[in-house]
Amino acid sequence: MSDIEHLVEQATAEFSGISDAAALEQAKARYLGKSGSVTELLKGLGKLDPEERKSTGAAINSAKDRIEQALNARRDALRHAALEMQLKAEALDITLPGRGMSTGGLHPVTRTLERIEALFRSIGFDVADGPEIEDDFHNFTALNTPENHPARSMHDTFYLENAPGLLLRTHTSPIQVRYMETHKPPIRIIAPGRVYRVDSDATHSPMFHQVEGLWIDEDVSFADLKGVFTDFLRNFFEKPDLRTRFRPSFFPFTEPSAEIDMSCVFCNGNGCRVCSHTGWLEIAGSGMVHPNVLKAVGIDSEKYIGFAFGMGPDRLTMLRYGVNDLRLFFEGDLRFLSQFR
Amino acid sequence: MQFSEHWLREFVNPPLTSAELAHSLTMAGLEVEALQSIAPAFGGVVVAQIIAVDKHPDADKLKLCRVDAGQGDTLQIVCGAPNVAAGMKAPCALVGAELPGMKIKAAKVRGVESFGMLCSARELGLSEDHSGLMVLPADAPVGEDIRFYLALEDKLFTLKLTPNRADCLSLKGVAREVGALTGATVTLPSVREIKVTSDRRREVVLEAPAACPRYCGRVVAGIDPKAPTPDWMKRRLERSGIRSINAVVDVTNYVMLELGQPLHAFDNARLHGAVQVRYPMPGEKLLLLNEQTVEPSADTALIADDKRALALAGIMGGEESGIGEATTELFLESAFFSPDAVAGKARALGFSSDASYRFERGVDFAATREALERATQLILDICGGQAGPVTEAIARDHLPRREAVRLRVTRAEKILGIRLGAEVAARLFKGLDFPFSREGDTFTVVPPSHRFDIAIEEDLVEELARLHGYDNIPARLPHGSLAILPQHEQSRTVWRLRRLLAARDYQEVVNYSFVDVSWEQDFCNNRDPVVLANPIASQMGVMRSSLIGGLVANLANNLNRRMDRVRVFETGRCFLRHGEGGQIPGFAQPQRIAALASGPAAPEQWGVATRRADFFDAKADVEALLSPMRAGFERLDHPALHPGRSAAVIVDGKAIGLVGELHPRWVQKYDLDAAPVVFELDLDAVLRQPLPAYQEVSRFPAVVRDLALVVAQEQSAQALLEGLIAVAPAFVREIVLFDLYHGKGVDPEKKSLAFRVVMQDTQKTLSDGEVEAAMVKMIEAATQKFAAKLRS
Repeated sequence: MSDIEHLVEQATAEFSGISDAAALEQAKARYLGKSGSVTELLKGLGKLDPEERKSTGAAINSAKDRIEQALNARRDALRHAALEMQLKAEALDITLPGRGMSTGGLHPVTRTLERIEALFRSIGFDVADGPEIEDDFHNFTALNTPENHPARSMHDTFYLENAPGLLLRTHTSPIQVRYMETHKPPIRIIAPGRVYRVDSDATHSPMFHQVEGLWIDEDVSFADLKGVFTDFLRNFFEKPDLRTRFRPSFFPFTEPSAEIDMSCVFCNGNGCRVCSHTGWLEIAGSGMVHPNVLKAVGIDSEKYIGFAFGMGPDRLTMLRYGVNDLRLFFEGDLRFLSQFR
Repeated sequence: MQFSEHWLREFVNPPLTSAELAHSLTMAGLEVEALQSIAPAFGGVVVAQIIAVDKHPDADKLKLCRVDAGQGDTLQIVCGAPNVAAGMKAPCALVGAELPGMKIKAAKVRGVESFGMLCSARELGLSEDHSGLMVLPADAPVGEDIRFYLALEDKLFTLKLTPNRADCLSLKGVAREVGALTGATVTLPSVREIKVTSDRRREVVLEAPAACPRYCGRVVAGIDPKAPTPDWMKRRLERSGIRSINAVVDVTNYVMLELGQPLHAFDNARLHGAVQVRYPMPGEKLLLLNEQTVEPSADTALIADDKRALALAGIMGGEESGIGEATTELFLESAFFSPDAVAGKARALGFSSDASYRFERGVDFAATREALERATQLILDICGGQAGPVTEAIARDHLPRREAVRLRVTRAEKILGIRLGAEVAARLFKGLDFPFSREGDTFTVVPPSHRFDIAIEEDLVEELARLHGYDNIPARLPHGSLAILPQHEQSRTVWRLRRLLAARDYQEVVNYSFVDVSWEQDFCNNRDPVVLANPIASQMGVMRSSLIGGLVANLANNLNRRMDRVRVFETGRCFLRHGEGGQIPGFAQPQRIAALASGPAAPEQWGVATRRADFFDAKADVEALLSPMRAGFERLDHPALHPGRSAAVIVDGKAIGLVGELHPRWVQKYDLDAAPVVFELDLDAVLRQPLPAYQEVSRFPAVVRDLALVVAQEQSAQALLEGLIAVAPAFVREIVLFDLYHGKGVDPEKKSLAFRVVMQDTQKTLSDGEVEAAMVKMIEAATQKFAAKLRS
């Protein structure tokens, strides 16, 4: 083997034995530096005859290239090793918990209200609001429930002291009355909100929520009411095969009136403890708006027909999430509320 | 309304099972709330007579009985019941009988053979009575199956009737409805005119004809006051939830259930002169049958005689004129009292009666006399006696009118959304027995006297829909004009705010709108809250004027449950007196959004020092809620809050809420561990948001200078900042407070505030001269107006 080849081998071997970047650069100088072995060899070329100079020169240059390659390979390897070490040193216990703020959540019933609003908005229902301290006219009289009407005993009403005729609304229907007083048909709204009745036990709270809906137009029918409310329930519970049952009932402000049952969402209507083994759950009251209600707000009851419905979002929330005690909604217990994030 | 199915089927017997009948009633609007068996399933129990009772040889408490159960030979049965006695009749479970939860076998009881079991009511599942053997009447036929003898195959129907269907508060009414629904023939008990056999009579005078337009009365003389009520009648009453009292009272109740007409029986010997229906005289009092003494209001009609008030008309009889154990002569009343005259009266007195319940909803005014005849007939049958002539007073002008109602089939079809046709309508009206005339598809219907809920076309539409079946109306997705709902970009929905607070680690709560009056005083200094006249509890007696009290209570309750970090918020209405511009004059009902934070600012975690949430955390939440609007903060003196750590929140020059630390005095009173921070804002103010307006982005370099100013400790940073902004040239884009320092190098009476000033012109690169001039101007303002010194 020639000296040149030997030099290449020696350099390659030496480089691969070095594991320190500074030492590698020193080693480089020994071969490729100003007085390095390869440089010395090149200096010696001048003494050779032209033929030999050409072939030896090519051999030296080739050797130089190969030494540089070996050097670069070693540099890369060392850089890579250094990075590896850095990465290893920087590795975290990624199972430690994330840092910073946690998040809170919405109340389960307002969560339901948001959902109801979104579902009805998607078919063009606007959301209306109104006062919770109401007057007798908007809560009862305008809704075809004059004083001493037996239906008034269905609502145990909170009254204000020293304020005759003022009460806490017993339903959100007065919102509809106020809306009809200030808007012309077609009317398509839902009226969500808090309502109050003198009642308190495991299944009744003196304050609870209600969502009522109202659609008034020239050509709205009982069949439409059935369609809209059934569609709503199926989408609310995300059960496309949910069934509804409309039963004749009585409300002073609708005629005809209907109680709405839906197939039990726990047993799919087969009967279970929740539905008292009937397969049905009472879920809403509804009907075609009574002409007297339309007349009270100045809407032509011959030209316009409307339907209305009212439901309890507290109950819908209980059914949706399997909550078994209404009172939990109003106790502010974070152990309960934080389950609905 | 609860009744025996056997009784109903006596009047109308459609080929339906009990469950099918119940379903059909429910789907017609007479909701069957419960359908129960009278007795659990059992068999092999017969009527038996105890022939002889001997001592058991080996047990003091047991008896050895010889029993005739109609089996040929008598049976030897061991019995432990205390009331067992020779001669009595009782149910006997024969060997092989299956009772609820047990099977009867021949057995040895303490060494003596026993062939069957004498039963208590509880052992048959008929009641909870286990005090002794169930005693059967002396005439009970020995050997007869007890299920047959006691009619135990019967079922109980419980109807939950809506207030408009008072016509179904009787068996007659329900039978009529079943007939209309099923087409089955309805056979009501025949009521014949009773032959008058006594000349005893009492005049009737209607002085309040609007309240009582029709009154029928009659004397029944010479009755046997001791006559027992027949078992069949007792049983039917019991199955309707009415306790048997005596034969006469039982008959009045029975006829009320049968025909729907409430009746009253007076002791004729205690009446003086004519019976009158009149309004009370001032101060007039009456002792009622329920032992309550009332002073009826001026518009409550009374039944009276020449001397005194006897009864509250249509509501309840009086104690002094009622029948007793010695009554032999009755004055029987069957009258029509107007719904308007009775409505609400019993409720105002704090009770309800079967009579008032029916009258205020409407009783058939054409059947008054028929009910009197029916009751007379039953009393004569049971108690004997002689009937006097009926005295009837009637004020026809005051009887309810039954105006003809027009029904257009096309209108009904439009309302219901179905094709119905005039022929179907005619058939349905016939089924209801509503008299009508017809011209093409327009019907003229006269509502019958027993229906009080048919006044307009829609009422008839409901009748048609009901009988046609709501199930037979399709569910149809509606067509509508698809106008886009407006979305106002300059306001946001409350949902955005809720989500934002939830993202900042607050949990939403819903608290009662009525609160303890002390909260209003403590947290709002409100001496004149909105008070409820009839609160559910004293600590829920007034309407809240702030959401803070509820949040503080949430904190206290959760601390009790060992939660040390509580962050809650609520949106809802508050209620203030003397508010203006609201929909209810004299009251303001603003919606608010409020939050409370207590305990560590961030959840306790590794690598982060724990610190309590303080004023500035709450302030940051307020600023985040309001963003991009900028709020100002001014010192605030508020009863709920620490005076040195609270601020009014100002937007556009208007106070829209507050933020601060709870006042230390409430920490102890409300059992808190430390003072939480709270804020409460008017929702309307927070919902507003400006429309973004483009401002040119500068292409020239920004110059940044820091400015550290030493000022008095009590100097407001905001005022200083505003002072700097006021003199800054237009190219000063932003001034931000980035550091607060006191400590080494700064006079202990003072603090250092460091501001970062960013300057940038949209048209050119700023010259050093311009930058320096701006800084000098700001420094001058700071030194002159705020006695600030540049920190060296």
